[in-house]
Amino acid sequence: MPMNFHHRDIISIKDFSKEEIEYILEYAKHLIPYAKAEKHTTLLQQMILATLFFEPSTRTRLSFECAMHRLGGNVIGFADPSGTSLKKGESLADTVRMADSYSDVIVIRHPQEGAARLAAEFSEVPVLNAGDGAGQHPTQCLLDLFTILTEKKKIKGNNVVLLGDLKYGRTVHSLAYALAMFKADLTFVSPETLKMPKEVINECKEFGIEPISTTNLEKAIKDADVLYATRIQKERFPDAEEYNRVVGSYKVDTLLLQQAKEDLIVMHPLPRVVEIDPKVDATKHAKYFTQAFNGVPVRMALLSLILGGKKL
Amino acid sequence: MKELKVTPIKDGTVIDHITPGNALKVIRVLKLPESTSSVVSIVMNVNGKKGKKDIVKIENREVDPKELDKIALIAPKATINIIRDYEVIKKHIVEIPDEVIGITKCPNPTCISNAREPVESRFHVVSKDPPRIKCYYCEREPEDIAEGII
Repeated sequence: MPMNFHHRDIISIKDFSKEEIEYILEYAKHLIPYAKAEKHTTLLQQMILATLFFEPSTRTRLSFECAMHRLGGNVIGFADPSGTSLKKGESLADTVRMADSYSDVIVIRHPQEGAARLAAEFSEVPVLNAGDGAGQHPTQCLLDLFTILTEKKKIKGNNVVLLGDLKYGRTVHSLAYALAMFKADLTFVSPETLKMPKEVINECKEFGIEPISTTNLEKAIKDADVLYATRIQKERFPDAEEYNRVVGSYKVDTLLLQQAKEDLIVMHPLPRVVEIDPKVDATKHAKYFTQAFNGVPVRMALLSLILGGKKL
Repeated sequence: MKELKVTPIKDGTVIDHITPGNALKVIRVLKLPESTSSVVSIVMNVNGKKGKKDIVKIENREVDPKELDKIALIAPKATINIIRDYEVIKKHIVEIPDEVIGITKCPNPTCISNAREPVESRFHVVSKDPPRIKCYYCEREPEDIAEGII
């Protein structure tokens, strides 16, 4: 059934229905050859994407810019607010009101929660949220779902283990919500002090999913189909010794993977620091670099649907 | 001799059945007293038929019904009585609106609504009984709504 995303803001994964997500992921799959430059298009020629990145980013910014270029469009913007009028105290609202007159679509990353929602209020052009503080990162969630779908052929029924900082991690909050919507089974593995907030667990239950919470990774990995690892940040632990002890017990390495199913996939939103051993990269389990690439077809799908270009 | 804690007013508004302890917040939401002619009486933690309650009486002022629903978040069971010549001529039970703007602050210090931006605080009402609200911007739910009243 055709869906209308024309001129729509993309702020939170919760703004999408399951059918809309399925539609986007199906279209993204179709765009893979374009994302790899095996096929070419000028679908969004003459159109401009403004990237407003108030916080550091590698993958998100580059993949949005790549997506727009692969669609034949152009990109303007900044990766660091220090060279802009924000230093002079200009408000986000005024910055957005300026940017929308130079562009057809805005992508924004900002350290404060709700910034993308505010930007959408003041912008005449569509706004895509590339991450707002500890809030939402909907396109990351979509590319994570896309990765699971393409690697496992389905989302429903997979046993997905979310590992790491589940308390403060915006990616895992959105992903848990979306996976529950798609009826995946969920296991949350984290240190005691970084457990998944009860609000997220309650949201999962509303979809009929009862997540299992545990601190024991070795036990959880035995039945897992997907292991989604996230970084445990040092700054969350006032005591360095406790941090080192905790980080050690949640490391994904080849020894741990010997206890896992053969077809387990390991994902990570990146950047990784110590939580996945580099020796895992060469194993068939490692899908985090493919996951990073998947940001391109997914973001291409969103940009072309939002800008109303004829679907490729 | 029985002593009345609550004396009748001739003309004005009586806000009854306020959640005990929240009368001062009601005063703040309604920006009272507006002038020296408005005598405002407050009684807190008195016994009522349905348990303890606060009461606010505003003499010589009939509160605009549009303002009344603002207090519903902090006094969800309040009743508003408009008094003329000692008689109750109108009674209104407050109702929480579907959206709350500019009444209560988001408790999240990193929410954009707390930055120097040209927006007011804005909340969707998730549930009316018990009252639960969610910030439109950061999607957090304040644990204590009354605590954030502006």
